[in-house]
Amino acid sequence: MGETALKTNGINFAKASSAALQDQQLRGNFRRAMDGLMSKRAVQFADTAEWNGVRTLGASVRLRALSKLPELLEKLEANCTKNGIQVHWASTTDEANAIVLSIMQRVNAKLVVKGKSMVSEEMHLNAFLEKHGIESLESDLGEYIVQLDEAMPSHIIMPAIHMNTKQIAHLFKQKIKEAEYTEDVAQLTDLARRVLRKKFATADVGISGVNMAVAETGTLCLVENEGNGRMSTTVPPVHIAVMGLEKVVEKLEDVPPVISLLTRSATAQPITTYVNMISSPRKEGEKDGPNEIHLVILDNGRSAIYADEELRNTLRCIRCGACMNHCPVYTKVGGHAYQAPYPGPIGSILMPQVEGLETRGELPHACTMCNACVEICPVKIPIVEIMGRLRSEAVHPGDAVKGAGSHASKAEAMVWKGWSMTYASPLAYQFATALLAKLGNAAPASLPLLKEWTNVRSKPRFANRTLHALAREKGIPDV
Amino acid sequence: MTHDGTISRPAIERPDSVYFFGTCLVDLFYPEAGMAGMDLLKRQGVRVVFPQGQSCCGQPAYNSGYREEALKVARAQLDYFPGDWPIVVPSGSCAGMMSKHWPDLFKGEPDEARARQVASRVWELTQFLVQVLKVKFEDQGPPVKITWHASCHAQREMGVTDEPKALLRQLANVELVELQREKECCGFGGTFAVRHPEISAAMVGDKVADIENTGAKAVVSGDCGCLMNISGALEAGRKPVRGVHIAQFLKERTHG
Repeated sequence: MGETALKTNGINFAKASSAALQDQQLRGNFRRAMDGLMSKRAVQFADTAEWNGVRTLGASVRLRALSKLPELLEKLEANCTKNGIQVHWASTTDEANAIVLSIMQRVNAKLVVKGKSMVSEEMHLNAFLEKHGIESLESDLGEYIVQLDEAMPSHIIMPAIHMNTKQIAHLFKQKIKEAEYTEDVAQLTDLARRVLRKKFATADVGISGVNMAVAETGTLCLVENEGNGRMSTTVPPVHIAVMGLEKVVEKLEDVPPVISLLTRSATAQPITTYVNMISSPRKEGEKDGPNEIHLVILDNGRSAIYADEELRNTLRCIRCGACMNHCPVYTKVGGHAYQAPYPGPIGSILMPQVEGLETRGELPHACTMCNACVEICPVKIPIVEIMGRLRSEAVHPGDAVKGAGSHASKAEAMVWKGWSMTYASPLAYQFATALLAKLGNAAPASLPLLKEWTNVRSKPRFANRTLHALAREKGIPDV
Repeated sequence: MTHDGTISRPAIERPDSVYFFGTCLVDLFYPEAGMAGMDLLKRQGVRVVFPQGQSCCGQPAYNSGYREEALKVARAQLDYFPGDWPIVVPSGSCAGMMSKHWPDLFKGEPDEARARQVASRVWELTQFLVQVLKVKFEDQGPPVKITWHASCHAQREMGVTDEPKALLRQLANVELVELQREKECCGFGGTFAVRHPEISAAMVGDKVADIENTGAKAVVSGDCGCLMNISGALEAGRKPVRGVHIAQFLKERTHG
C-alpha cells in the first residue's frame, strides 16, 4: 500500500474493478449467470455423502500425481513418444510460442483452428500467431465471440459470460459479413457454426488444450460440448496440444473421477457431450485423424510453485471455474477486472505466482476470505490459506515467490508493529481501548480508512465502556 | 477436521466453568453482546470466567500478511486460559482463527503444543449453547419478523450452520425469514472493506437488498464484523431494520 512505486504494467485491479462496478448491465449479466450456475451445480452434488466421497477421491488423484510429478512427466513423454505423439518442453510462454510457430512454419500453415485452451491464453498465442501472419481462429462458441469482440475471456469455462444475447446479436451483425440481426440463440449459433465449418475444412493446423494427460498410456483427454474440440483435433493434418505441466495424472483409472468432478463443477453436467481420448496420430489404414500430433508441455513458473510444499497445492486445479461462480467478489466485478487469463479465486493465487507479486500482488487482496471457493473446490485446494500466504509474501522479502517483498511498506509495517505491541500487552491494550471508548467517537469521518468505510456506512460507534470494564463492574471472575 | 475442512468439536460433558473470549470488536463496539453472551451461559448454571488479560486472536494482522505480529498477539493470549475449560467465543470468525489458524501460525514454534491445546478448547457461542448446554429458550417478547445473516467463518471454518437458527426457532413469537443468499459474504472481510471499498459497498448493497426483501424488522448475526458492516449500511441507507448480535437478541427475548 502507498509509498512503494511498483511497476504494474498497467495492471490495476482496483481501477478495473471500479469501472466494472459502474456497468449495471455487466453486473446484472454476472449476477444472473452466477446465480444460475451455483444452483445448477448444487443439484449435481445434492448427495453430500457422494460429494464427500468423489471429492476426496479426486483430490487424492491430483495429490498423488503431484507427489510424483517429475516421474510422471517422464513417463508421459515416453508413452506419448511411443504412441507417435511428439513431445516438446517449454519453460516460458515465449519458448512455447516459438515451438508452435516452428511447427507451423515447417508445414507452411496459414490458418489455424483452435479448440478452447487456457494455456494458449496464458501464452497470448493468437496475438503471437497473428504477428507472424497466421490466422488463428477460436472455434469454441464463447471464445469465438470474445475473439470477434477483440476482448479477453471473462471466465475460464464460459469466456463470453459477461455478454447477454442482445450484445452478441449486435456483435455478430457488426462483425460477420453474412449476418442478419437476430436475437434468436439457435440462429446465432447456427451462424457461427456455418462460419466455423468452412474454416475447419481448410485449416492447416488444429490447436487444443488438454484437460488431463495420462502418464501410463500417453493419452490426452479433452472434454467439450460443441464438437469443435474433436473437429480441431481430427480434421486438420496437424494437431498441436498445449498443456501446463501439472495436468498429468498417473493412470487411466484416474480419469473418470476427475472428469466427473470437472464437468459437474463446471457446467453442472454429469458428463460433457464429447470426451476425447487422443492417443496417437492417424495410423495406417485409418480413415481420419491428423498425421502429426505435438504436445507442448509448458512450465511458465509452475516448477517454482511446485518447489514450495504449501504453494504446490495451487497446481491441483482442474480448471472447472466453480471458484469463480461462487466468489462474491468475482460475481460483482466480473472476470475482466482481474486483467488476467485466469480470473477469480484461482487466478488470484495463480497469477501472482506465475507472473510475480510486483504486478499481481494486489490479487490476493481481491478476496474477503469468505471461503465460498474452498467449500466447493472439487479437489480441495486451500485457496484462502494460499491467499493469506501470498499476502505475507508480498510484504516480506524472500525467495519463495517472484517479487516477494515488492509490496512492503514501511508505514503499514509500522502500523502492525504498533498494533501488535499494544495488543500483546494487557496494560497497553486496556489503556488504549479505554481511551478509544472515551475519545474514539470524536474521530472525523474524513480520516483515511474511516472515509472509505463511511462512504456507504454510518461511522462505527465506540461503546462508552469496554467489555473488560463491564465485566469488572459486574464482578465476573477473571481467573 | 471434517470432510469439508471445517473444525469438528468432540461431544463433551457440560463443564462447571467456561472461559469467555470476548474478541476485540465486541470489546470496543459491542460490549453489550459480550455481556449478553456471558449472561446466557451463566443462566445455564455455568461459571463464566473472563480473563482480563485477553485482547485479540490476531486475525487482523494474520489476514493482512503480518504473521509475526499476529503470532505475538496470539501468543499473549495463551497465558490467560490455564484451566482445562472450554473457551467460548461470541464470533465465528475469531473462533475460526483460534481453532483453525493458530495451529498453522504456531507451527514450529516452541509453544506450538500449548497453542494447539488452547485452540482445541475453542467453541463458537451458539455451537456451545446447542451442542454442549442443550439450551431451551422460552420466548417472552412480542411477535417480530427477523432474518439471519450467516457469517462466512462460522459456517465454513467452525462448521456452524444450523445451531444459531435452531436457537432462533425456539422463540415462539419470532418469525425467521431466511435470506435468498444467506450464505453469501456481506463484504466485510476485515481490511477488505477499506482496501477495496467499492467492491465491499456493492457486496453489502446486495446484502441490504436481500434483507429488505424479507420484510424483517431485524437482522440477527453471530459476528460483529458482519454486523458492523451490515448495520452500518442499513443505517446509512436509513432502512428501518436493526442489526443485532444473536447473544443480545436471545437475551432480550428471554430475560423478561
